[in-house]
This record gives sequence, structure tokens and C-alpha cells, in this order.
Amino acid sequence: MNALVYLPLLVPVLAAAAARPLAARLEPRLATWLLTATTVALAAFSTAALALLAASALARVPFLAALGNYSQPVLRSGDPVPAVAGSAAALLLTAAAVAVAVVIRVRARALAESYRRAARMAPGGRVVVVPGRAIEAYALPGSPGRIVVSGRLLDALDDRGRAALLAHEHAHLAGQHHLFTTVAHLAAAANPLLIPVARAVDYTVERWADERAAAITGDRRLVASTIGQVALLATARPARLRAAALGISGPRGLAGGRIRPISLAWAGPVPRRVAALLAPPPRRQLTLLVIVAILILIAGASAVEAARDLHALLEFAQAAR
Amino acid sequence: MTDDGPARRPPGTLEAEVMAVLRAAGAPLSPGQVRERLAARQLEDLSYSTVVTIVSRLHAKGLLERERTGRAFAYRPVDDASLAASQMSQALQAGTDHGAVLSRFVSGLSGRDARLLRQLLGDDEDQPG
Repeated sequence: MNALVYLPLLVPVLAAAAARPLAARLEPRLATWLLTATTVALAAFSTAALALLAASALARVPFLAALGNYSQPVLRSGDPVPAVAGSAAALLLTAAAVAVAVVIRVRARALAESYRRAARMAPGGRVVVVPGRAIEAYALPGSPGRIVVSGRLLDALDDRGRAALLAHEHAHLAGQHHLFTTVAHLAAAANPLLIPVARAVDYTVERWADERAAAITGDRRLVASTIGQVALLATARPARLRAAALGISGPRGLAGGRIRPISLAWAGPVPRRVAALLAPPPRRQLTLLVIVAILILIAGASAVEAARDLHALLEFAQAAR
Repeated sequence: MTDDGPARRPPGTLEAEVMAVLRAAGAPLSPGQVRERLAARQLEDLSYSTVVTIVSRLHAKGLLERERTGRAFAYRPVDDASLAASQMSQALQAGTDHGAVLSRFVSGLSGRDARLLRQLLGDDEDQPG
């Protein structure tokens, strides 16, 4: 087996670096599908590569070599994979299996809990208003799914703001967005290098729902300012609450009224979502798609090539007996 | 009730008994009325302050709503649908596993994010159209 087998382990590093720029530039629905598929494909290929490395090490264990009727000298001479790498791969593979099992368990329980809670809520109503002082709104997957909003948040918004908020949450339920994030995080559990890609999926489903809300309300700026208003309300300490409720344009920040390019490089998801809504609607970007497709193909092809290598070696080692 | 045992009750039993009394009442009750009804059910005689402590704790947990009647508060159970929802939002705030499949409208803002956001929306309002 040659060094190609390590390639599927390295491509996820590139994908991780590319995930955030891709999530920012691609149309959100397309980005969600693409990034989710990327995490699944790259996790599968890197797991296959680990399995191959582990298998080549295992085949050299005297007992197993005898069992498979392999010639040990042939395996040693024909396989450049050091025993250390093989053992490390076996360890990583075990860790990945455990991590995937843990994430499946956590997500399955969360989903079951969510369905149970949604079923217990008042029949008929899609929107459930929670009493209390929290500024809170979320979509609860279920059959039917629910939109949970705190009464205080509803009071803080005007009719158009409420329409934007409900359209956003409804888009999450209608689009089954929790399935995308669950699949992406499962894949990232198998290969932690893919965690930034899974986080990017968390972001693109929000963008997807934002763009749906913008399409339904017909007003991108409305959705942007509603997100901003709710985020500032939810973050404000009681003393600052009134200022936040009165006007999102209140304090002028550090710019002092002077218009200055705003850097979103290290910003959290909320300012990036707002900036994306204030910018023109995203368009399909063919070049980016092609680049991602090529990356996935390289990882896949090298995993397949490595598998064929190992297979050929094992056949040869068997014939040599 | 979970237990009809003597003096020592497992923790939480008293809370459950108080909840049962309030559910059965069908109207808001003051701590004094709760105490009387507990006594009428032949449960151990609790002091007034113990009852106040229990209902306050239940209120803090979001299980009871209260309204002021005269000098004291009257308490009533939160209805099931909003109870389920408020338990859900508590679970969410506690950052537990249930949060994994929920889609929140906004995530938390750092101080820097909040400044950025004001700047973005503020600049936007300077340039209408």
C-alpha cells in the first residue's frame, strides 16, 4: 500500500479550512446539502483509510497471517505502512466507533425527547407561547413540530417582526433542518477534523431559514433587523434592556458615526447572518462547487486505490505460500 | 401519593403533595390555605413557613404561577402545555442534550458581536434604499 492511503485523512483538513468561506458564499440550501454530503463522504473515506491501515497491520500479526494463509515476508516487503501507523489507525478507528455511538445515543435521545415534548403540547396549535421572562424562540422537531416562543419576545416584536420570526422557525420545521445537522455531526464524530464543516452546516441551516423568511415576508432588511433586535434583547442585561428594546441603532459602537468597513472574520453567527441579509441575495457559484467536488473525488479515489493496493498485496501474499 | 410513611419522607414528596393539593383546588390558593388542606388530608402538620418555602421553590422551578392577593401570594399550577414548553426552555438554557436538535432563533452574542451588530444595523439605517 502506498502513501495514497493517507490522503483521505488529510483532505478533511482542507474541507475544514474551506467550510466557513463556502458557507458564506454559497446559496444556503445548496450549501447545506453540499456540506452535509461532504462530511458524510469524507468521514466514510477517512474511516475506510483507517480500516485499511489497521488491516495491513493486523495481517502481519503471525496468528492472523496464518489464519488468512498469508506469507509474512511478502507482506513485510510489499507494505510500506509501518506497524506503528497501523496500530495508531486501529486505535483511531476504535475511538471513532465509540464517538459515533455516543453521538448517535445523545442525538437519538434528544430527538425522542423533542417528539415527546411536542406531542404533550396543546393540540392544534403550531405555535406555543411560553410564559416567563426569557427572550426565547426555537423550533421543536416533532409530529407535528412546534414553534416555541416566549410571551415576552412576542410582546417585544411588532407584527412584521413576529411574521419574520415565525417564518424563520417554520422553515426549520418544514425543511427538517435538524436532520442535516444531526447527520453532519455524526460524520464529524467519526473524524473530528470535520467538526468545522459540521458547524458550518449549523450555520447554513440558519441562513436557509433566514432566506426563506426573507422570501415569505418579501423583505430581507426586516429579517435582518428582527434577528438583530432579538439577539440584542436576549443578550442585554436588565439595565441595558430598555435601550436595546427602544432602538437597535442606539449606540454607535467604536466607529463614532464614521462609516468603516466591518470585519466579519472573527464574528459569531448572528452578525454574519445579519450581514448576509443586508447584502444582495446569494447566487449559485459553479466554480466553488467544482472545487469541492474535486476534493471529494480525490479523497474517494485515493481510498479506493489504497483498498485495491491492499487487496492485491494480500492476494500476492496468499499466492506466495 | 408516593408514600404514606411516617415522619421521614423522601425529598420531593412534600413538593408533590403540595402540587396535588393545588391541582385538586382548581383555584389559586394562599400558603395558609395549602397548609389547611394538607392538614385535612391527614398529612403531617407543617409550619406556615415550611409551606411558604415549598411553594416558593415550586414557583422558582416554574411549576407554579402566582398572583398577589392582599398581603400574600396565591399560587396555582402552570398548565401542562406551557409546563412542557417551559421545562423545554429550561433544558435549553441549561445547555443539556435536548438542545442538540432544537433550532434557536438566535444564539448568544459576545460583547464584540453585539457591537458589530449595532454597527451593521446602524450603518444600514444611515443609507436607506
